Amino acid sequence: MFVTDKNQKSSYDVIVVGSGAGGGQSAYTLCMDGAKVLMLEAGRKYVPETETPMFQTPDLAPLAAASTPDKPFGFYDATVDGGWEVPGEPYARASEEDAGRFEWWRARMLGGRTNHWGRISLRNGPYDFKPRTRDGLGLDWPISYEDVAPYYDKVELLIGVYGSNEGLENTPNSSPGCLLPPPKPLVSDLMVAQRAKRLGIPVIPGHRAVLTQPLDFKNSPARLHPGNARAQKIIADDMRKRAACLWATSCGRGCAIRANYQSTTVHLPPALASGNLDIRTDAMVYEVTVGRDGRANGVNFVDRTSGKHRHAAARVVILAASACESVRILLNSKSERFPEGLANSSGKVGRYLMDTVGSSVDGQIPLLESLPPLNEDAADGHQMYVPWWLYQEQHAGKLDFARGYHIEFGGGKRMPDHGTGAGLEWLTGGSYGAKFKQDVRRYYGSFVGFAGRGEMIPNDQSYCEIDPVMKDKWGIPVLRFHWQWSDHEMRQAAHMQRTFADIIEAMGGRVHGEVKTDGAKAIAPGGSIIHEVGGAIMGSDPKSSVTNRWGQTWDVDNLIVADGGVFASNADKNPTLTIMALAWRASDHILERMRRKEL
Amino acid sequence: MDRRTTIKWVLAAGAALPLKGGRAARGAPVTPADVAPTARGYGTDPNLVANYRPGELWPLTFTAAERRLAVILADIIIPADEHSESASAVGVVDFIDEWVSAPYPRHQEDRTIVQTGLAWLDTEAVRRFGKGFSELDSAQQQGICDDICDESRATSSRADAAKFFALFRDLTAGGFYSTPAGRKDLNYIGNVPLARFDGPPAELIQALGLDS
Repeated sequence: MFVTDKNQKSSYDVIVVGSGAGGGQSAYTLCMDGAKVLMLEAGRKYVPETETPMFQTPDLAPLAAASTPDKPFGFYDATVDGGWEVPGEPYARASEEDAGRFEWWRARMLGGRTNHWGRISLRNGPYDFKPRTRDGLGLDWPISYEDVAPYYDKVELLIGVYGSNEGLENTPNSSPGCLLPPPKPLVSDLMVAQRAKRLGIPVIPGHRAVLTQPLDFKNSPARLHPGNARAQKIIADDMRKRAACLWATSCGRGCAIRANYQSTTVHLPPALASGNLDIRTDAMVYEVTVGRDGRANGVNFVDRTSGKHRHAAARVVILAASACESVRILLNSKSERFPEGLANSSGKVGRYLMDTVGSSVDGQIPLLESLPPLNEDAADGHQMYVPWWLYQEQHAGKLDFARGYHIEFGGGKRMPDHGTGAGLEWLTGGSYGAKFKQDVRRYYGSFVGFAGRGEMIPNDQSYCEIDPVMKDKWGIPVLRFHWQWSDHEMRQAAHMQRTFADIIEAMGGRVHGEVKTDGAKAIAPGGSIIHEVGGAIMGSDPKSSVTNRWGQTWDVDNLIVADGGVFASNADKNPTLTIMALAWRASDHILERMRRKEL
Repeated sequence: MDRRTTIKWVLAAGAALPLKGGRAARGAPVTPADVAPTARGYGTDPNLVANYRPGELWPLTFTAAERRLAVILADIIIPADEHSESASAVGVVDFIDEWVSAPYPRHQEDRTIVQTGLAWLDTEAVRRFGKGFSELDSAQQQGICDDICDESRATSSRADAAKFFALFRDLTAGGFYSTPAGRKDLNYIGNVPLARFDGPPAELIQALGLDS
C-alpha cells in the first residue's frame, strides 16, 4: 500500500530506494518471498492506467506535441518532472566543452524512467562480462554470463520480451519458452535486412519488452517461483490482467493496458498484491544512516510534500535510485566513521561512469516512396536490429577500435506529426503549394533512420563527485560530472557513420546530411543516450571496487546497490534487462542471507 | 529503434538533443529559478489526457495584420486540392500563432523570425509591386515566394527571408499534418487497435523484390 507519515511502519526488513527497473525488480523479488519492504520514490505517484495518453493525436496537444524544455521528448512522453533538467535539482559539470559534457536525464515519478524507455531488452553475452580478459582494456566483472543467465530467463518470463534465438556470437539464446514471438517486420525492415545482408551485416528480430501475445500464466509462475505457491498464484493472477499489444500508440507514452514493461505495470502490482510492499512517494532520499556497529540501519529523506526531513528504518538498505543518484546518496552519507562517504574506502564511488556510444544517420529510400496505405504502427519500432557482427575482424586486429555496437533502425508510415513535412528542402528543392503536398505524400514513409549503440570502455576521466558548492532546492549537495571519450569510442562512432551510409546506399537511398568521418563530431554527448552506468562497480577486490559480486558494498554488508551503478563494463546491449537480472540475483542473495540470519 | 531515434525523426532537426549552455560551470551556484523556463509554459507535469486548444495555455499574439498575412502564406504553402483542405481551413494559423507565442526559448527565436519575415513580405511587395503582399495577385505572390522558397538558391540579400520561408513552411506542414485532415491526406491508417499485426501484404513484398 501507499504510505505517508501516518502509516509508515517503524521498521522494515528492507528499504528499496527507487522504483524503476532495479528498485521494481528488487521489491518484487523480496516481497514475493515474504520480506517486508518499504520502497521510497523521490517523484510522485503515477498511475499508467489513467494517465497514459493512449491514441491521443498531436493536434490535441500544445504545440502539436513537439519537444519543449518542459517535455524534452515531446508532450506525450511518459516523463513527469524530468528531462535533462529537473526543476530545482541542478547538477554541475567540470567542463562545458562539447567533448567533456555529460547530460543527466532523470524522471521524478513512480516507476522512474521505465515508464518511457525504449523497451529494448538485450542480454549481455559471455564476452561482455570479461572484456579485460579478452582485449586487455577496461575491467572484468567478478561474475560471468553463466551466473546471470538464469536471471535473464526469469526476467524475460516475468516482464515479457519478444525476440528470437539466432545462436550468434556473444548474442545469447534464451532458454526455451522465455521469449515471445517477434512481430512481423515492416517493408523497410525487410529492405534493410535484404540489403545489409549483401554487405555481410546480419539483421535479426529485435528483443523488446512488449507482449506480442499474452504471457504464459499457466507455466511461467512455477518457473519463476519454484516451491512458492502463494507467489505463483499472485503472479499468475497478475499475468492474466496484462493485455497483449494492440499494435498502436507509442510505447514511450507508457501503456495503460500493461502490454509492455514498465515497473509501474509489471513489478509493482504483484508486489503490492503480496501485501508485503509499502510505497512512499515524494520521498527524496539523501543519506543512508549507519548504526554504531557500522551497519546501515535506514535512510533519511525529504518529504517533498511538506519539506520535512524524515527517517525510515530497516535491516537492509538497497540503493536503486539510478547509477548517479545512488552514487550521490553514498557520497552524501558522510560520518566520522565514513568521512569520504559510505562504502567508499576504495575511493571508487562515482568512478568509471559510462554511457553508450551513440551516432545516427538518416536516409531517404526511393524504393519506399509512394507505397500503398499501410498500417505500420507495428510494435512501435525495433521489430528487427543488427547485433554486433565484427567480433572476428576485431579480434584479428582489423578494426581501429575495441568493442562493438549494435544498430537500431526504423522506418515506416508512422503517425504524421509536426515533423512529417518539415526539412524536406534537400529533396524537394524548396517546393510549396500543390507540388509541396504531392512531395510530402511521395516522401512520407520513405525514410529510414539508423542509430548505433556501442560499448564505452570505462576510464579515469569519466566520473562524478559532489560539487563543493551547489545544492538543490532541499539543500542536498549535487553531483558534478567529469567526462572524456577515448579514441576507441570516437573511432567506433565514425565506423557507425560509414556503415550506415553503406547500408543506405545499398538500399539505393540518399544519405541526409553529412557522413561524419571525424569521430569527435560523430559521437553523441556523454549521457545523452541515457544508458549511464557504473559509479559503484562490482569487483573481486575491495580496494578497487565498491561492491562484491552480489552488489553488496564491501564496507557495509547490509547495503546493496541494485541499479546500473554496479556495472563494471557497459556492453553495447541496452542496460535495463541486465539491471533487472542483477537486481533479482542480488535480492535472492539477500533472502538467502536473511534465512541464514546474516541479515 | 529506440525512443531517441523515434524522436529524432519526428522532431525538427536537433530539437531533441540536449540544449547547449544549459547548466552552470564549475562551482557556480544555481538557484531553482535558473533551471528551466517553466513558469509560463505548461510545466513539467501537464495533464496528458486532456485536449488543448491554441490560446488556452498562453495568449495568442499575432496582430490582425500578421494573422492576415499568415493565412495567405499558409494557404500558398498548403492550398486546398482534390485530396484535402488548405492549411488555414484546418486551424494551422492558430497553431503557428500558438507556436510563436509560446514562452520557450526556441519558440521565442522563431517568433522573431516569423514577425520579421511577415513584415519583409509586405516590404518586398511594396518595393516590387507598389502594394501590400495581401493585395497582390497570386502570380505576384508566387514571384516573391519563388525567390525565397529554397535557402540554398536564395541570394544573399534574401537569405533571412529564405530562412523565414523555410521555418514558416515547416510550421505550416507541422500544423497541417498533425490534424485529422493531414493524416487523411497521407492515407495514414494506423493509431487503431488491432487484434493482430500481420505485416505488409505478400504481394507488396513480392512486388518490391523483398521476398528473397
